[in-house]
Amino acid sequence: MIEQLTKSSGETHQITVSILYFAHFGDLAGRSTESVGLAEGATVGDLARLLAERDRRLSDLITYGRASVNADWATAETRLADGDEVAFMPPMSGG
Amino acid sequence: MGYSELTSDALSLDSVMAQVRSPRNGGYVTFSGDVRNHDAGEPVAAIEYQAYDALARRELARIVADAEQQWPEATCAVAHRVGLLRVGESSVVIAVGAPHRAEAFEACRWIIDALKVSVPIWKREEYADGLDAAAGGDGRAGGEAVWIEGERQVPAATRSEA
Repeated sequence: MIEQLTKSSGETHQITVSILYFAHFGDLAGRSTESVGLAEGATVGDLARLLAERDRRLSDLITYGRASVNADWATAETRLADGDEVAFMPPMSGG
Repeated sequence: MGYSELTSDALSLDSVMAQVRSPRNGGYVTFSGDVRNHDAGEPVAAIEYQAYDALARRELARIVADAEQQWPEATCAVAHRVGLLRVGESSVVIAVGAPHRAEAFEACRWIIDALKVSVPIWKREEYADGLDAAAGGDGRAGGEAVWIEGERQVPAATRSEA
């Protein structure tokens, strides 16, 4: 069952995206991945805002970290399509 | 030309060096990043490296390609490990070969610095027992863990793995 983050208005097409949470974002979300439903035309910023509305602890997904869509760097303005994989990533610490 | 790898297997400096060894090179610079037994005054037991596999592989390849563009005479190789690493194990190995030493030193230094900023890999540091407040630590207990995110330490949820 896919959670709908936006209410279906009847005319709005819905898309489903999968989300990956990395490092402490995964601890905050209580999971490393999930799938959610969004209105067609939603952006990465819309998704981040809806996730923050659902759980205040996820309020800095974009401001604190970086995002990607299908393993390409993305911005808040990047538009999402059905089946996209969105990753929310805190500052990195490899090496 | 360049070589990059993300793996859960133990790293070998020799095998990364083999990727850049060539009779046209007069100098090699290698870097090995190992798990140390302390961080910010706390005794570290192990570090778990988490990666976004697809993007990390892409970024490692991009960094190697960027380095070889900036230092056209250099040949560069990097391998990064993921998973749970114990103290003394290598998390990253870099080898750069070039006809002359200057560009090998410069490219190797540039690669490790770039890697830390833009490759989606995170350290989850697990602490050992024994407080070390005298060393300036926060007195973390054994079994506690933090995520390292840029310059920050963020307390990590404890794992209840069976």
